Amino acid sequence: MMAEIGLAALWLAAALAGLQLAAGSLGLTTRGAALGEAVRPVAVVQGLLALLAFACLIYVFSVTDLSVKLVALNSHSMKPLVYKIAGAWGNHEGSMLLWVTVMGMAGGFVALVERRLPERTMLATLAGQAFVSLGFYAFLLFASNPFERLSPVPVEGNGLNPLLQDLGLAFHPPTLYLGYVGLSIAFSFAIGALITREVGPAFARAMRPWVLGAWIFLTVGIAAGSYWAYYELGWGGWWFWDPVENASLMPWLAATALLHSCSVLASRNALRAWTVMLGVVAFSMSMIGTFLVRSGILTSVHAFAVDPQRGTFILALLAIYIGGALILFGLRASSVTEGERFALVSREGALVFNNVMLSAILGIVLFGTLYPLVAETFGAKVSVGPPYFNPMGALFAVPMLVVLAVGPLLRWRRDRFARVSKNLVIPAMLVAAAAIGLLVIGSVALLPFLGLAVALGLAWASLLPLKGRNLRRTPLPIWGMVTAHFGIAVALFGMSSESAFSIEKLVAVKIGEVTQVGPWGVKLDTVEPVAGPNWTALEARLLVRYGADGKVTRMLPQSRSFWAPPQQTSESALLTRWNGQLYAVLGGEAPAAGNKDEAKSDAGSDQGRWQLRLWWKPFVPLIWLGGLLIALGGALALAGHVLADLRRINLRSKIAYRRERQGR
Amino acid sequence: MSDTPPHRAPRWAIWLPLVLFLGFFALVMIGLYRPADRNVASALVGKEMPRFDLPPALPGRPGLDSKVLANGKPHLVNVFASWCVPCRVEAPQLGELAKAGVPIEGISVRDTTENLQGFLEENGDPFQRIGADDDGKVQLALGSSGVPETYVVDGKGKIVYQHIGEIRPEHLGLLLGKLQEAQQ
Amino acid sequence: MKRLMLSLAGLGPAIACLALMAPAIAQEEQSTAPYAYRQLDDPAKETKAQDLMESLRCLQCQGQSIADSDAPIAGSMRSLVRERIAAGEDPEAIRAWLIERYGDYVSYAPQLTGLTWPLFAVPAFLMLIAFLLLRRRFTGKTEDAK
Repeated sequence: MMAEIGLAALWLAAALAGLQLAAGSLGLTTRGAALGEAVRPVAVVQGLLALLAFACLIYVFSVTDLSVKLVALNSHSMKPLVYKIAGAWGNHEGSMLLWVTVMGMAGGFVALVERRLPERTMLATLAGQAFVSLGFYAFLLFASNPFERLSPVPVEGNGLNPLLQDLGLAFHPPTLYLGYVGLSIAFSFAIGALITREVGPAFARAMRPWVLGAWIFLTVGIAAGSYWAYYELGWGGWWFWDPVENASLMPWLAATALLHSCSVLASRNALRAWTVMLGVVAFSMSMIGTFLVRSGILTSVHAFAVDPQRGTFILALLAIYIGGALILFGLRASSVTEGERFALVSREGALVFNNVMLSAILGIVLFGTLYPLVAETFGAKVSVGPPYFNPMGALFAVPMLVVLAVGPLLRWRRDRFARVSKNLVIPAMLVAAAAIGLLVIGSVALLPFLGLAVALGLAWASLLPLKGRNLRRTPLPIWGMVTAHFGIAVALFGMSSESAFSIEKLVAVKIGEVTQVGPWGVKLDTVEPVAGPNWTALEARLLVRYGADGKVTRMLPQSRSFWAPPQQTSESALLTRWNGQLYAVLGGEAPAAGNKDEAKSDAGSDQGRWQLRLWWKPFVPLIWLGGLLIALGGALALAGHVLADLRRINLRSKIAYRRERQGR
Repeated sequence: MSDTPPHRAPRWAIWLPLVLFLGFFALVMIGLYRPADRNVASALVGKEMPRFDLPPALPGRPGLDSKVLANGKPHLVNVFASWCVPCRVEAPQLGELAKAGVPIEGISVRDTTENLQGFLEENGDPFQRIGADDDGKVQLALGSSGVPETYVVDGKGKIVYQHIGEIRPEHLGLLLGKLQEAQQ
Repeated sequence: MKRLMLSLAGLGPAIACLALMAPAIAQEEQSTAPYAYRQLDDPAKETKAQDLMESLRCLQCQGQSIADSDAPIAGSMRSLVRERIAAGEDPEAIRAWLIERYGDYVSYAPQLTGLTWPLFAVPAFLMLIAFLLLRRRFTGKTEDAK
């Protein structure tokens, strides 16, 4: 029953999207102007219907309604409730439904609250949003129906991949999608502005909070995904330049450039073409990313099930939307001037540089991700991974971060470097001190070396905009900027420190043996079987001590076996200190050496040895802490803009009321 | 404000993203419709078999020395293991090839004596010699990326053909053909 | 049947041949190669080995380096790398040996070959575009700035 309600709601939502498109487009013409009134309510209802459909999907998953094919394939009655719910979006169809739900809700929300745009641009924007939604509704309803029934009803479900039975990963997709798909609003705004030729500060001021909102979620989603990979995969890695990771990074890069560009357009009426282009590019990257992940065209650790037919459908959507938007841009942008002019040394100049660098990094990530496909077209297989992306990315990232240290201090329109150079003395000294210190320590590779040095200088420089200000009256957006830039420095420091100073120990130890890893002494106390709701595991009890006289703490890494589906995962144990993390993984029982070679006399002594993988990773939590700081900075800026808007609205209504009272 | 004409973004920069997108589109169209090939093939096909000398996998049976592969007759070298399911599927085909007089040498990868013995009892033993590659190093030396794989080696020790995956009945003709070629 | 790729990190027997439909058969054991799970005693050599391992691709996983993978074949490859580094071989020679057998696929560090030159050309091309965009943006402005 619920599944049918969900499907019906989905069809209705699709129909309303069609109506939204029609009303919005016709509303732009003189004869159909009356239809324009309908667009906002239609958008809101469409969003709510999509939400209803999604709620129905969550319902059928939480009660494990096995007559729904999706539930039978992806769920299991013995799973804990929270993972049953998370299973709703942990598969292709469910996540696609999440996609259209977020698009619908975002569109509805914009329709409800956005009042700053000229009405025509608003209609064009909502029509654009509906146009894009329609394609994805079609994809869902015709090629990926989440509510398909299964007959005969199976006795039990297939279960959810054990790797997904983890709180972090369970909630990573919705966060990421709010960001990813939230960028569709920016796309629609850009389309709307291009159609009605309204690319100006009003447009930018309207678009900015939506971009910020999506960007914040995207930042959190990426950081959360990275942290999940770090503790779940069991080898201490946190970014692999895997195609699916890149698929989430590329929209983030575009969105970062977009939000800066948007701010410039809002306050200085410059960078018009950049802003519109980035608005189109950001969501295009989201769509390209979802295509890459779902079509099976790239080998990746977490691609969804391979299906070239699905890939073709999405590719067709891409051609229509991205191709269409880029053609529209080409046709209209030549008549969109760049707006106010500015000098090379100015804040706008620094932001243009920032945009160009971010776009270059985006280009490198996109090209590197697609290159194996290019090579396969010529019949060869090539692998592109961290040894490519890290240095090439750094090539553009390092200059960008150096300019980032200076940029916020520059004046708008025209400035002289000499004016700000005194402020940079301390950051420069910090960089030099770090460089010397690292050279003394020695054996630090080039990239982490650069990262550490730049991070220290940037950390100081990012706080400089607050210098000389009355901190209690500094506007929130400034606090936001400072926090976010400081967060970059913190994250960079964490990344470089992890790369340069991690200590790894792989050992096969007997019960009671102590291993030294960095400043920690780790003793294997016991290894015991434990059981969970849908798994059994071997759990090691490690007693660890920091330094010679630290307190002894317990760590409990596990090696888990699930049975539906049968799979093993390793649950790492983490111990966090202010200066880093101790990371412990239980491997298997050490295999008996030389099973065929009886000459190995002490083969017997290997019995009772357990493999442990231990890492001491100095300052590694700063990576994700920095990520959260970046998101927090965005949130502060968003709050600042929204509050300022509310105050303005409030003030305007007060003035209007007073005027009315005075009979004016 | 000066009188200079307002700055316009250069034409080429405006159309560049569209051009890049068209390139992307073409690339993935080709990619989607090409048959997916997830196998990693050995780059040694057409080159000489690497030198190795594996100890016996079973007591009383000879191990596998690569010198034997250059004794003038073409051989099949089958890389397999007892824990490998498709290896069971191809056992009858290997049996047929052995009956047809083809010398088949086995390399058992990351395996144990008892499991191997059990496997051969259940599925038949078409091998003349079986070498034990417990470390998996010879598998790597051959450019083999999984099991089962079968190499056709000519009389002089050159790898003529690599068959990735199990040998199904429909592949027998192909393999016999390659062996014929190797004879020349 | 739609299912997520279960071979994440090579967890469990993630090899091409093991059909997950029949778990009753003997599972592939972890690699018993001597240095699959054991580090070299010399820390400098272990660092060299680790750097090399992080840039070599696991042949049976969906996209992992051999340093990050639980797959048994990755264990064999790790042991190969460590033993050779311990014997004094140069990391690039080991990489070249593997590329000779598996092609460029096995190395994450792209070698500059006839096939991979675009990978190096593109960043250079991007720098050129960046330069052109910035130059075009700013020349004609310096007079304005005066």
